[in-house]
Amino acid sequence: MALIELKHVVGGYGGAPILNGVNMAIDKSDIGVIVGPNGAGKSTTLKAIFGLLKVTGGTIDFGGENIANSLPDKLVPKGLSFVPQEKNVFTSMSVEENLEMGAFTRTDDFSDTMDWVYAMFPVLAEKRRQPAGELSGGQRQMVAMGRALMSKPSLLMLDEPSAGLSPRYVIEIFETIQRVNQEGVGILMVEQNARQALAFASKGFVLAGGQNRYTGTGAELIADPEVAKSFLGG
Amino acid sequence: MSAASPNTRAGWDSPLRRGLMLFAAMFLIVVAVGVIQGTASMLLILVQATGFALIALGLNIQWGYGGLFNFAIMGFLMVGGASTVFLSYPVNMDFWNSDGPMLLGRALIAFLVGLGLVMAVRQSHRIGITGTLKTVLVVLAWFAAYVLYRSRINPAAAYIEDTAGFVGGLGLHPVLGWLFGGLVSAVIAFFIGKISLGLRTDYLAIATIGISEILRALIKNMDWLTRGTMTVSPMPWPTPLPQALQANGMAIADSFVAARVMFLVLAVIVLVVAFVLVQRAYGGPWGRMMRAIRDNHISAASMGKDVTGRQLELFVFGSILMGIGGAILATFTQIFDPSGYQPINHTFMIWVMVIVGGAGNNWGVVLGAFLIYIVWVVSDPLAQLIFLNLSALTEQIGWGAIPEIDSRALQMRVFVLGVVITVALRFAPKGLIPEVVHRTN
Amino acid sequence: MDELIFFINRVLISGTVLGSIYALGAIGVTLIFGILRFAHFAHGDMMTMGAFIAFVLATALAAMGVVLPLPLGFIVLPVAMVITAVIALGIDKGFYAPLRARGAKPVTLLIASIGVTLMIQGLVRLIFGSGTQSIYVGQPKEIFRLDMSWAGGSRPISITEPQLLMFIVTALLVVALHLFLTRSRLGKAMRAMADNAALAQVSGINTALVVRVTWVIAGSLACVAGTMLALDVALMPDLAFNIVLPIFAAAIVGGLGHAYGAIVGGFLIAFAETLAVFNWTAVLRPLNGVLPEAMQLPANLALVPTEYKLTVAFVILVITLLVRPTGIFKGAST
Repeated sequence: MALIELKHVVGGYGGAPILNGVNMAIDKSDIGVIVGPNGAGKSTTLKAIFGLLKVTGGTIDFGGENIANSLPDKLVPKGLSFVPQEKNVFTSMSVEENLEMGAFTRTDDFSDTMDWVYAMFPVLAEKRRQPAGELSGGQRQMVAMGRALMSKPSLLMLDEPSAGLSPRYVIEIFETIQRVNQEGVGILMVEQNARQALAFASKGFVLAGGQNRYTGTGAELIADPEVAKSFLGG
Repeated sequence: MSAASPNTRAGWDSPLRRGLMLFAAMFLIVVAVGVIQGTASMLLILVQATGFALIALGLNIQWGYGGLFNFAIMGFLMVGGASTVFLSYPVNMDFWNSDGPMLLGRALIAFLVGLGLVMAVRQSHRIGITGTLKTVLVVLAWFAAYVLYRSRINPAAAYIEDTAGFVGGLGLHPVLGWLFGGLVSAVIAFFIGKISLGLRTDYLAIATIGISEILRALIKNMDWLTRGTMTVSPMPWPTPLPQALQANGMAIADSFVAARVMFLVLAVIVLVVAFVLVQRAYGGPWGRMMRAIRDNHISAASMGKDVTGRQLELFVFGSILMGIGGAILATFTQIFDPSGYQPINHTFMIWVMVIVGGAGNNWGVVLGAFLIYIVWVVSDPLAQLIFLNLSALTEQIGWGAIPEIDSRALQMRVFVLGVVITVALRFAPKGLIPEVVHRTN
Repeated sequence: MDELIFFINRVLISGTVLGSIYALGAIGVTLIFGILRFAHFAHGDMMTMGAFIAFVLATALAAMGVVLPLPLGFIVLPVAMVITAVIALGIDKGFYAPLRARGAKPVTLLIASIGVTLMIQGLVRLIFGSGTQSIYVGQPKEIFRLDMSWAGGSRPISITEPQLLMFIVTALLVVALHLFLTRSRLGKAMRAMADNAALAQVSGINTALVVRVTWVIAGSLACVAGTMLALDVALMPDLAFNIVLPIFAAAIVGGLGHAYGAIVGGFLIAFAETLAVFNWTAVLRPLNGVLPEAMQLPANLALVPTEYKLTVAFVILVITLLVRPTGIFKGAST
């Protein structure tokens, strides 16, 4: 059984629905990448899963139950984590406090998780006392990911993790994502750097108009001339 | 009155019909008050309510049309009142025959010199003084100007208060006093708006309430100009006073009714004129632009509209009505008492009127003003009634009578006002007669 | 020497007293703004309400014949704090939460808080009348006099019992608040929510819980501030309505949403007010012996006449808003 499965999800912010039937399934071992033009409903899909907008139709199965319209404080303990695209760190708080906030729903001792995150992002260990607002863009992205990993999620969702980063950091972030995946965390992410991201995606979804247009492995989608022409810029 | 905004929608839901029904209901309440409390008290309430309706229209221009927060209403009412005192109160010859005018003239010169000094220092970057040094110099200049002015005004004030009591008035017609109240309010509103309209809404609320308190402190303590807490009375009326009618042989009861009817007619004329002007402006291109700015600041600004300039216009226009309304109220009660002004009665109550009536809809606001004022006034006797019965009850049980019923019952209306506004916000946030969203033509 | 003692009594002690009250009030205002994003105007009346609750409890204790070495109004403070906090929660649930659930703008909440102000004011006066009460039930106000004759002073430094208690309590509360905000999970969650409410929600922080904690802290601090003010001066229904604006000034000067800023702002405003109305002649009088005849100091050399004391706070407020609306510490201004 898939870790998470979206079946014909319809939803929006109260007006006309933005999602008109999205289907996708991700396993624990998967890196799923959602691509598509602006306004296709990519970020909206992640927000719908995370209960940040109203799902009016379809089901979202996660861990054997329908989690549609559950709120984040219920979803995080279930093993779902989300890294928003913008404003994804607490700027006035130290790096360590940011990580602690990620573990807010945990009542057990999370110091080993914190060590694990620091091992993955050694630069954060150096700056643990520094306010996150003083870090560079790439480091902030690491804080944001680290924060999301502190709840020990089984599925990590990222909204355009490479947005606004310099090419060097883009590669670094993508490598980190693959490493996190190898540690047993399923990944579902939205990416503008579609070609680069699909290259390491085990599942790729092309959305348009709030619906799936193409689904396949990353490599298949890159190879598909239709997809390449319409959605990957030739 | 002006033609009601044409509304083609029919049925019970139409705003027009709803408005007519609400106004009819209000009329019935007024008649009921008249029957119970007597015609003279009903007229008293009506005149005051008319004054408050004018003030509420002013706030509607600012908040309803422009989305501008103004918690300084009390300040403008006081300014209006003090201005009409200055213009219409009889001339105080003691003052004009003393050295007072000369001392005040010196204070004025000191004020202008100080102002000039500050202005000059603010231009000091032209001779190459910039940065921190300039800031320090500007602060020093403000300080020097303040000390200079204080050194001249303090003896002048003390002298006037000792010899003549206060400056007195100019003895002009009260209606001129009302207009002057509007004018002074406009000038003050211009400066307040100029410095504070750029602030975010909640900061603007706090800044204006602060300014209002500063105005109150000034008017309350500038005894030489306003007599301060010693109060000015009796203020002349534009229409014959009851006493004048009695001198002409009218019965005492009739004289009060007749005098108040005449005053009411005059006040209603002012209200109608203001209403027609405001209503026409709302429907016209100017009003459309204002609504565009209110509903979408950023896009209006990007369309090249001078948002700040337009907002300043609204703020000044609204404040003129507040000043005139404050002047009418002060004239009617015949006493100008700076300690009688409270944020609850003179700022928050106006807000309740506008929100309950329907911000953005002038008909709604006028309705709200009358309705809330009547609720405010009748809460007191109603509470007294309840308390007296309660007191009789407690006496029977042996707990003794409730002390200070009068002063306690008076507080009931504050509580009622609070209940009314929270209920309105929760269940009818758009008001009794909501703003009609105009078709774009 | 007497001049210095006069300065200490009139400026240092009164300024610290006023500053403590402003700071405790401003912390509540600033926390509510940081978490709920609206200017809570009813905060002054929450202070009054807290003071009256302490008054009722103290009166009840006195009626039972309890006599303790400390003022009863102070002894009952913990209970009064709990009751005020519960009422604050009730007010939020009854009046603010429904508006938030509807997605109302902060301005609507601000207006609603005016409604709450009116209700509390009305109720307090309805129940207790509008006169002045003494919260010192059955005890005289003790005054500690620190003899200064060893330093050549003819007058003592004097401080009253409630003033001394207030210093201690304020210091303890500030330290406790600091520890709470920096050490505890909930305190950090509060800072996180003030910093970035959307991300706090995404992190799984129970935002409803944080909102409740905010009201509990704000309500209980308001109760302390109100009771202390009542112990120091007297208890009247418009006790705090008059200082709600200086409190807002303190919160804004310190940077809205910034708890430490509120403390600094509170003392800043308090000392500015105290110094502005201070009669400098009292301290500088010895100079009259040195100065030539024409430059003798006037009898009253205060920057601002006493009757304008409150306006000092507003002037500072208005200047802050115009020059640096984010406050001395950068507040949560957006």
